[in-house]
Amino acid sequence: MAAFWALFRRELAGFFVSMTGYIIIAAVLFFLGFSFTELLESLNVEPTHVPVTELFYNTWYFWLIMLLSAPVITMRSFALEKSSGTYETLATAPVTEQQMVLAKFAGALVFFFVMWLPLAACVLLTRYYTNDPGGLTWGALLGTYVGIILIGGVFLSIGCLTSVLTRSQIVSAIVSFVLCCSLFVLGLRAVFDVGDTQLNAQLLSYISMVEHMQDFVRGVIDTRYVVLYLTLIVFLIFMTIKVLESRRWR
Amino acid sequence: MNDGSMIRVDKLTKEYGGNLALDAVSFDVGKGEIVGLLGPNGAGKTTTLRILSCYLPATSGYASVAGHDVFSASEKVRKCIGYMPENNPLYPEMRVREYLQFRAKIKGLRGQNCDHRVNTVMEECGVADVHRKLIGHLSKGYRQRVGLADALVHEPDLIILDEPTQGLDPNQIRSVRELIKELGKAHTVLLSTHILSEVEMTCNRVLILHKGRILAADTPENLQAVMSDSSQVIAEIKAPLGRLRLELEDLPGVGYVDITASDGDYFRCSITPVGGADLREEVYRLARSEGWDLRELRRCRHSLEDIFIHITRRNGEEEE
Repeated sequence: MAAFWALFRRELAGFFVSMTGYIIIAAVLFFLGFSFTELLESLNVEPTHVPVTELFYNTWYFWLIMLLSAPVITMRSFALEKSSGTYETLATAPVTEQQMVLAKFAGALVFFFVMWLPLAACVLLTRYYTNDPGGLTWGALLGTYVGIILIGGVFLSIGCLTSVLTRSQIVSAIVSFVLCCSLFVLGLRAVFDVGDTQLNAQLLSYISMVEHMQDFVRGVIDTRYVVLYLTLIVFLIFMTIKVLESRRWR
Repeated sequence: MNDGSMIRVDKLTKEYGGNLALDAVSFDVGKGEIVGLLGPNGAGKTTTLRILSCYLPATSGYASVAGHDVFSASEKVRKCIGYMPENNPLYPEMRVREYLQFRAKIKGLRGQNCDHRVNTVMEECGVADVHRKLIGHLSKGYRQRVGLADALVHEPDLIILDEPTQGLDPNQIRSVRELIKELGKAHTVLLSTHILSEVEMTCNRVLILHKGRILAADTPENLQAVMSDSSQVIAEIKAPLGRLRLELEDLPGVGYVDITASDGDYFRCSITPVGGADLREEVYRLARSEGWDLRELRRCRHSLEDIFIHITRRNGEEEE
């Protein structure tokens, strides 16, 4: 356990002692700023009954940030260690693959959460100046963050898996971006109803991140989605551990 | 199993996609030895060390460290080795003390003991004065010391160093060698190198590895003794050429004489004995009795370099 904490701390610190973490956070702030100004402009034109969190979610910058940041965060986790050779020192230290993967995933997830904190600031600011108690409930804010962590967790675990499979950070980022996008676009078809059969539409809506997130931002935490995303994360992490372990006998 | 031997390697074989990197290599390393793995590039040194440090699995064969199988008891093995890989990879964005503390923690050191060990190895390896510096800003010599400190921090029974002096300048090489010698007093050390003088200076035993096979395993002195069978005597003598050759060839135990002109009126004679005899006294007596001037007389000790070239070349010829 102590080894896990040491690895986790190094992983998290790794984002902040190098430029990577700050650059990612700056990029996220940039997009959030866009959505914030857009939101304020539209609020100036006409009033709305929709919760502030949902307004933010509806700006589509949300998915841009989700889909772009996860591959960039996880691409370094194993690919960088492998290409710089430090993986050899790590693998010959008495730590298990399980500890390594969990520490790296946890580090990425915590960073991902920190990266999304400015959203809370934007939301609270809007709430403060709109003077409308219905505009933001704590439940909606909690739901938003639960959704962000769960869906982000899936994207990050996809990123960990692709990072384990290659030595190149770029390859890892591109492959995990494509995988995350595919998963996302599949669910998008349910929203835009592209003339599929009833059954297809039904199936797609089960995995539609857009629809699930829509519920989360309204403060509805549906256990079905929670279970779905947790299972996906556990499965992907398990795969990552197995791929990493395979080096010892392959 | 644990009978005073630290490493046991038995018929270890490693194949990389059809290429044989190690071909049934067997050797033992006893406790407290400093053993050098010597060989040209691509001989299989790094592969051997990686298998012993549990980084790579062997294709077949058996290897154990301190009685633990490297394949089935990998974690136990990793606990008792300190391994410094080739090129000594480190995290450039970390500070020296921070890095060593991180390494100590993942190697299972706790609390005060952890701090104490980190301080001790920083002193031992001479990095205490740069403990706040970023590793990325350190010179190569210092980085190498940080790597060594990392290998030592958990007081391992066995230290495995892959090319520890690679890329260092002569002064740094000397200080790293001193450090390794120092380590050898308390630990078992297995190091690899392609620099022959390094093994000669630091190791008690040499394993010569070539094309995945062990060609010789002995102390540097013994290897030299093996070669001294044919060790030549070099003499520079001022004498009439014809008579010099005649007299030298008449000496008992002389196999072959080669004479070349040297500066002045001197001739340089390389005298090869038969059966390992030392001909220096004979040559001296001859020169004295003939009244010739003698200005140099020495017996060639074969350096490891010669032995290495001799052994690897002989092996190459056999294959052809």
